[in-house]
Amino acid sequence: MGQLIPLDSFGVTEHDVLEALGRVKVRDVDYADLYFESCVSESVSMEESLVKRATKSISQGVGVRATAGEKTGFAYSDDLTRHDLELAADTARYIANSPGGSQPVPVPVHSRPARDLYPVPHAQADVATADRVTLLNRIDAEARRYDPRIKNVMASFNTEYKIVMVATSDGTLIGDVQPLSRLQVTCIAEDGGNRQIGSFGGGGRIGFDFYRQGDRYLNYAKEAARIAILNLSAVEAPAGVIPVVLGGGWPGILLHEAIGHGLEADFNRKKTSAFSNLLGKRVASDVCTIVDDGTLPGRRGSLNMDDEGTATARTMLIEKGMLRGYITDKLNARLLGIPLTGNGRRESYQSIVLPRMTNTFMLAGESNPEDIIKSVKRGLYAVSFGGGQVDITNGKFVFSASEAYLIEDGKVTKPVKGATLIGSGPEILTKVSMVGHDLKLDEGIGTCGKEGQSVPVGVGLPTIRIDEITVGGTQAG
Amino acid sequence: MSQTRESGQSVQPANGHLAQLASDVLAMAKQHGATEADVVVADGENLSVQIRLGSVDRLSKAREKRLGLRIFVGKRSATSSTSDFSSESLRRLVSETCTLAKAVVEDPVSGLPGADQLATDQPDLDLHDETRLDTDRQIDLAKRAEAAALASDERITNSEGADFDSSWGRVVLGNSHGFIGEYRSSSYSLAVSPVAVDPVSGSMQRDAWYDVRRKFHTLDTPEAIGREAAKRTVRRLGARKVGTKRVPVVFDQETAGSLLGNLCSAVSGYALYKGASFLGGQLGKRLAPDWFTVYDDGRMVGGLGSRPFDGEGLPTRKNTVVDKGVLTSYLLDTYSGKKLGLPSSGNASRSVGESPSVGPTNFYLTPGTCSAEDIIRGVKDGLYVTELIGFGINMVTGDYSRGAGGFWIENGELTYPVEEITIAGNLKQMLSDIEVVGSDLVFRGRIASPTLKIAEMTVAGN
Repeated sequence: MGQLIPLDSFGVTEHDVLEALGRVKVRDVDYADLYFESCVSESVSMEESLVKRATKSISQGVGVRATAGEKTGFAYSDDLTRHDLELAADTARYIANSPGGSQPVPVPVHSRPARDLYPVPHAQADVATADRVTLLNRIDAEARRYDPRIKNVMASFNTEYKIVMVATSDGTLIGDVQPLSRLQVTCIAEDGGNRQIGSFGGGGRIGFDFYRQGDRYLNYAKEAARIAILNLSAVEAPAGVIPVVLGGGWPGILLHEAIGHGLEADFNRKKTSAFSNLLGKRVASDVCTIVDDGTLPGRRGSLNMDDEGTATARTMLIEKGMLRGYITDKLNARLLGIPLTGNGRRESYQSIVLPRMTNTFMLAGESNPEDIIKSVKRGLYAVSFGGGQVDITNGKFVFSASEAYLIEDGKVTKPVKGATLIGSGPEILTKVSMVGHDLKLDEGIGTCGKEGQSVPVGVGLPTIRIDEITVGGTQAG
Repeated sequence: MSQTRESGQSVQPANGHLAQLASDVLAMAKQHGATEADVVVADGENLSVQIRLGSVDRLSKAREKRLGLRIFVGKRSATSSTSDFSSESLRRLVSETCTLAKAVVEDPVSGLPGADQLATDQPDLDLHDETRLDTDRQIDLAKRAEAAALASDERITNSEGADFDSSWGRVVLGNSHGFIGEYRSSSYSLAVSPVAVDPVSGSMQRDAWYDVRRKFHTLDTPEAIGREAAKRTVRRLGARKVGTKRVPVVFDQETAGSLLGNLCSAVSGYALYKGASFLGGQLGKRLAPDWFTVYDDGRMVGGLGSRPFDGEGLPTRKNTVVDKGVLTSYLLDTYSGKKLGLPSSGNASRSVGESPSVGPTNFYLTPGTCSAEDIIRGVKDGLYVTELIGFGINMVTGDYSRGAGGFWIENGELTYPVEEITIAGNLKQMLSDIEVVGSDLVFRGRIASPTLKIAEMTVAGN
């Protein structure tokens, strides 16, 4: 079980909370909640072999929200006095057009999440600065040792320790402790006038030991150096429609962009998604089964509960090619009359709740990864990507390869320069003809942006073959 | 919420309060062993409404404050920030930041700028508007903008909504040299995002239009913004892919602004000294044709990127970044300048919780004489880009590959909308291949460009 968070860690009493909830839950308000958050984040970074920057940030506040029909009223405050809570409650209820005055709300049952997916002892989350410094110095040495052409190594280690508490008008009072960390390494390689970059990293809701297990942090350094050196010999990428094989793990960003955002319930309620009205219809080939799963232990996208206090779940999005479900928060589940999936998330107390992904991945298939590559006469094999983006309404999405190779006559040959791949969300997965048995989740580096809010997410993919997609290189023909 | 609280005078603490807080924290830092320090304090309020299909979808209001501290202990430094201004909490923050600074290594280049470089004049750049809009007024403005979009074409049947945001803020910066500066600013923005449905295929397109200003009375009318949003959305209906080929590419104001943003990132001192920019070592070299001039002007009156002093207290100024095609200035703060052996250009940007970095103020390409129509008329077979998506830019090499949408140009005319294509090239080559720049420079952000045409890029489609 998760921890029971005492209300006084925010300096408020149950009476204050009840009174504020009552104040905001006027007659026409369907639902109201208070979201308390306190967060300490720390970052140490290294470049030019010097660990020279350290940053610490402390924030605390409360977000107060009311929903009435499709409307949301929201206010937040950095201060948590009774007066601030009242002021925020009065703003949030403005949308309801109801007279003021307290409404009784059920006395919440103070509870804890049913499971603890990230039981990180505080000592493991609160890493001494000296230990962070040692880690980064060793990374620098390891990356430079990989190849003398590595000219600069930049690395940063970030940790966040967030305590949240949600009090709702439907009688919930539940909190969670959410540790999160990430280690990122970037190398710049230089050979004559040719310069290239390589990045690698990982993390999750885990303790500091994670990075030292099996010298994982040194492996990040080697990988970043390897990619930078590899790219020194990269040739121009092809331009046009060709078959593409995606490697396992982080290339799962394809799913996040191509279908994940389009299945968020808010866009479907508003009917502005290219997936609106496709529930129950075929949107992928029958080798594709895709889930969103917030319940994987220690993963970056996982949560014991979402930011509305709902337990996270494993949600079937696409089953053997058929569209099965959307991911929801309370507002959109209620308005659409569909199940609540525990995907109501917010960046912080300063932002409103939106339906967001957690860890989104395709289940393993039956093909042998080598056979998938062998099946392609001329194509691209892409194993790592930078960011991606999607236009929800017309369904067009992009994601940009940062490590890719040509496939010629069934063999992986030359590395190619980064190129953007573009496709159409509702169509692309119908072109997946082979799915490998090698499902891999990403290393824990993903951050998803929506309406200006960033939240940590995970993705995963087995090796797959896409029969055709447009590759945006410079070499036509 | 009462009308008086909304439309009345500022409820912020009296002037001087934040400056006093900054001085107090600087004094605490000195007591805790800091040899130098600077403090930035920001506070502000914002009101944002979103209308969708004529009703309020979202209403949000907040007041926020934050204090950022940078401490030097000799040549070691650390930064921190907090939203808790109680003196006990601030004292703890100062103490922890000193401890943090002692844990990192000495950086011979670190330190505050010299006292003689700090701004002595703090001109009023007219960045602040006292106009307080109440909630109902903002709702009305957003409703009018969305209604104008919905009314202007019957194919517009849905909407992602219209947003009206207003915000007011203050920034105080103080340092241990005795510098103290303060300015206030405001912004008003209105954006509309309609959705159109193709009556034949049933497929949907969304686009958006917006305006953002420091002064409320200079904002475009809701009707003008709504109609432009509708026009941009409807014209995308029926978009298709095109074949893969190399053709001339015309960037509209918005996408040209994004390209100029790439140039801005490449001249950032931090990218340069790390060897992470394709423009390393190019100072004094020719980048573009001899009529191509780019300025960064921190003192443009009413500018969205204007400020009287930068994130370290240096006076802002007008820098010529590219002068008649030749790269003449990088964007630098004190630290990145020292790394490159150059003085700061007054471009330190400071988000409260971070150590200073470099950012543009009002960064723009000077306009030419051709209209956008004239530029399009000069293309026989090519692409007019109105939308770019994705992050396919490698700043180290300048390699460029992004998702694009827009219109196909045939014999000088826009013919049909295109989508699901990419455009690719290399930024350095693209800059030198710019053939013509339009006369239509408009500031809707800190980075602005007129329409421009690049001689040739690879368009990938079918």
